[in-house]
Amino acid sequence: MQGDNQALLSVRNLRIEFPNRRGTLVAVDDISFDIAPGEILGVVGESGAGKSLTGAAIIGLIEPPGRIAQGEIFLEGQRIDHLPYEEIRKIRGRQIGAIFQDPLTSLNPLYSVSRQLIETIQTHLPLNEREARARALELLDEVGIPGAAERIDHYPHQFSGGMRQRVVIALALCAEPRLIIADEPTTALDVSIQAQIISLLKGLCKEHGTAVMLVTHDMGVIAEAADRVAVMYSGRIAEIGPVQEVVRAAKHPYTHGLMGSIPHIGHHVDQLTQIEGSMPRLQEIPSGCPFNPRCEEASDRCRVERPNLQGVEQSEVACHLFDAQRVEARAGE
Amino acid sequence: MIAFLVRRLLQAIAVMAVVALCAFFMFQFVGDPVNQMVGEDATKADREYLRESLGLNDPIPVQFGKFALKAAQGDFGVSYQHKRAVSTLIVERMPATLELAVTAAILAALLGVPAGVYTGLRRFGFTSKLIMTLSLIGISLPTFLIGILLIYLFAVILGWLPSFGRGEIVKIGAWETNFLSVSGLKSIILPAITLALFQMTFIMRLIRSEMLEVLRADFIKFARARGLPNRAVHYGHALKNTLVPVITIIGLQLGSLIAFAIITETVFQWPGMGQLFLQAVQVVDIPIMSAYLILIAFFFVVINLIVDMLYYVVDPRLRVDQPSGGGGHG
Amino acid sequence: MGPPSVWHRIWDSDIFYSFRSSKITMVAAFLTALIFLLAIFAPLVAPHSPYDVATVDLMDAELPPAWEAEGDPRFLLGTDNLGRDLWSTILFGTRISLAVGFLSVIFGLVVGVSLGLVSGYVGGYVDSFIMRVAEIQLSIPGILIALLLAGTLRGVLSAEAYNDAIVYVLVLTIGTSIWPQFARTVRGSTLVERNKEYVLAARVIGLSRFSIMWRHVLPNVMGPVLVIATINLAIAILSEATLSFLGVGVPPTEPSLGTLINEGQNYLFSGLWWITIFPGMVLAVLVLAVNLLGDWLRDALNPKLR
Repeated sequence: MQGDNQALLSVRNLRIEFPNRRGTLVAVDDISFDIAPGEILGVVGESGAGKSLTGAAIIGLIEPPGRIAQGEIFLEGQRIDHLPYEEIRKIRGRQIGAIFQDPLTSLNPLYSVSRQLIETIQTHLPLNEREARARALELLDEVGIPGAAERIDHYPHQFSGGMRQRVVIALALCAEPRLIIADEPTTALDVSIQAQIISLLKGLCKEHGTAVMLVTHDMGVIAEAADRVAVMYSGRIAEIGPVQEVVRAAKHPYTHGLMGSIPHIGHHVDQLTQIEGSMPRLQEIPSGCPFNPRCEEASDRCRVERPNLQGVEQSEVACHLFDAQRVEARAGE
Repeated sequence: MIAFLVRRLLQAIAVMAVVALCAFFMFQFVGDPVNQMVGEDATKADREYLRESLGLNDPIPVQFGKFALKAAQGDFGVSYQHKRAVSTLIVERMPATLELAVTAAILAALLGVPAGVYTGLRRFGFTSKLIMTLSLIGISLPTFLIGILLIYLFAVILGWLPSFGRGEIVKIGAWETNFLSVSGLKSIILPAITLALFQMTFIMRLIRSEMLEVLRADFIKFARARGLPNRAVHYGHALKNTLVPVITIIGLQLGSLIAFAIITETVFQWPGMGQLFLQAVQVVDIPIMSAYLILIAFFFVVINLIVDMLYYVVDPRLRVDQPSGGGGHG
Repeated sequence: MGPPSVWHRIWDSDIFYSFRSSKITMVAAFLTALIFLLAIFAPLVAPHSPYDVATVDLMDAELPPAWEAEGDPRFLLGTDNLGRDLWSTILFGTRISLAVGFLSVIFGLVVGVSLGLVSGYVGGYVDSFIMRVAEIQLSIPGILIALLLAGTLRGVLSAEAYNDAIVYVLVLTIGTSIWPQFARTVRGSTLVERNKEYVLAARVIGLSRFSIMWRHVLPNVMGPVLVIATINLAIAILSEATLSFLGVGVPPTEPSLGTLINEGQNYLFSGLWWITIFPGMVLAVLVLAVNLLGDWLRDALNPKLR
């Protein structure tokens, strides 16, 4: 793990709760991770694992009654969770940008693209209308929209899905944020377009030095674009490490199952691995390790004691299997 | 755009034709015009003569044709009750109703729109909840009851305002207005409030619920995520998107103004078209009733057309004649 | 302890919970039920029989409520211009108002739901036609439609026949003014359900269209229909009151709340305020309570707000 004072974003012991009349549901349970400047961190997991909520928490967009019950979020050493509204608003867009899943509904259908761009630019940068418009055109060019000069005044519905998402990316990059939270940016797009958007995102971020928290359920996207990846399950991080290591040499049984369920070209299997059962609902999270009911290697300890993240090779894994390894390793010293 | 307009116009004409048919059938089957017009001691010969001269023995399609033609020119025959041309009666009473309706509409919009926006933006505040409660009472009380209560309070108990009539009327050319006299102004206050109340509450609740819907939309979330200030999010993005569907509904609500005008005019004995119509219903004065039916239909059709065009102007998604960019490549 | 009983499940369900936790709704429900029961049992509850000409004495006319100086303890809320006990007349009048209200809603519901089902399921020209009519009707205020229909019927029937059949006339006219809302909602839901797998499966098995609509689609669309029905109950009651107030509804011989208010308006200036105010209060409370219930039901059944 990078040293704390080097990390761009630092999340510590984040816990997000949803009180309802029957009690409190814990959607994100004590997770911690860092994102280094310019790094692309993939956050992968099934729907409901808590990935989007984590992203929302970072920019303060959790909708009540959900709330951050515990934990801290640091941006370059400054604490940003629980800031007053005006302070968070200044951070949004300027320091941390966001991209959401559906480009059609992300854009106001009644405003032209130019208006939405100029408005955002002028909110963060002291430019006049002409300068802002020039910058908007630059951005549209950068994200690869052909004929930007003619189309900048068009309305969102006049663009195709992929083009719209490029506009959304342009809007997120308006004020040159250090970090972008991309929540399922390609899920609503055609498969053929997905690759283009991902490579665009990757390229732009490398060029501007922007870090990305790339939230998705699609492992393929992660393998393509991310430097490191965090695997989330039931509101906790199961495994986090360099993408090559997690994909090729998955350690946590859940990650292992995930990788096995992806078909590889040229790699013939009779049957894709399937993990029995499904991720538990928020009301029914088991004690101990949340994966234990579905895990083939579960022991009694797994049902009772919650595993914490521990370093194994270059990753960290939350699994009791690796406690044994460490003990053995120590015993061997 | 032209194709759109033409299509709507054709539909409008079709609707009017159907309505004219209904009005015509009212004449045919409800009561007997001859009996209405002559006394009991008219002879059979006299009645036959009347039938012939009124064209009541012609084949039905011919009668309908004449009827429609006359209606299109504004000639609706002679009222059974008043023995005067219906069109004259209507024109005489139009200023009264129009002034009342316009005053009420302005009142309703002036109070309803800001209230709706406020309760939509500050959903959980105490003032909002108070306004919502009052509004529930507003749409639960029937218009006539509100009118009576207002009369009771301000006319009977307090004696500040008159309880019926238009007060002193001032003629400007062919128009009779009551805005230019003190008693006239006093007279219009209670009826206008009564008429406006239902509208006002309706508009307020409508805007509020639309606003709440819009505030949940993704593009609002994205706007916030871009760091746009509240003012831009609320009044720039949310409000504009709220108003688009609201415009149609308000346009359609103008129609209910007419309906409730009937009630208000009755409560306050306001000499307008509504009161005319109601009296006609009470004594089954068919010419007035059918004229009213056609006029109302015409009014609604026109309103619908205007609202459709407004929609077109306000919502860029409807302007399909502009080239769509992007093509196949993403 | 065995599995929870049906009652326990209802008590614990989301809908009932939101009901329990909203005091206002409970009060509204209580009031509605109270007025209901009083009206239904009017003949038993009412101290006098206001329609029985033998018991009504013109000499008792225009007496103020019992607690006022010239009041008569026999007549709790005073008497009207004909000498009828106001409290009893209100009870019976509420009965009429409620009856007309309910019957109108049921009429509109049956017509609207049927047309909506057919329209959504069959599609094509039938659908276009029905929806066009509904749209046009929806854009015209219900009162106008009811008034025009009532006026026409008045011309067709003689004055006495009209008054005798007034309940039917009112149910017909008010019901006609509210069916489009049901039709439109049911049609929308039917369109959605029609493409679902269970309907396709039923068609494959060979069930008739009617049977599919009735047994499969209908239960799934009843939720929103219930909400509309409740809201329209308030509207129906108001419509009846308005029509009666305007003189084309229930006649003064057996007056409904609206008729009473109309009668009473003439006496406001003479100081006989009770003839108008008391029926007015009852009407207002009734409609308000029903509206509150409708509001609560709509929020409770709205999946988006859960």
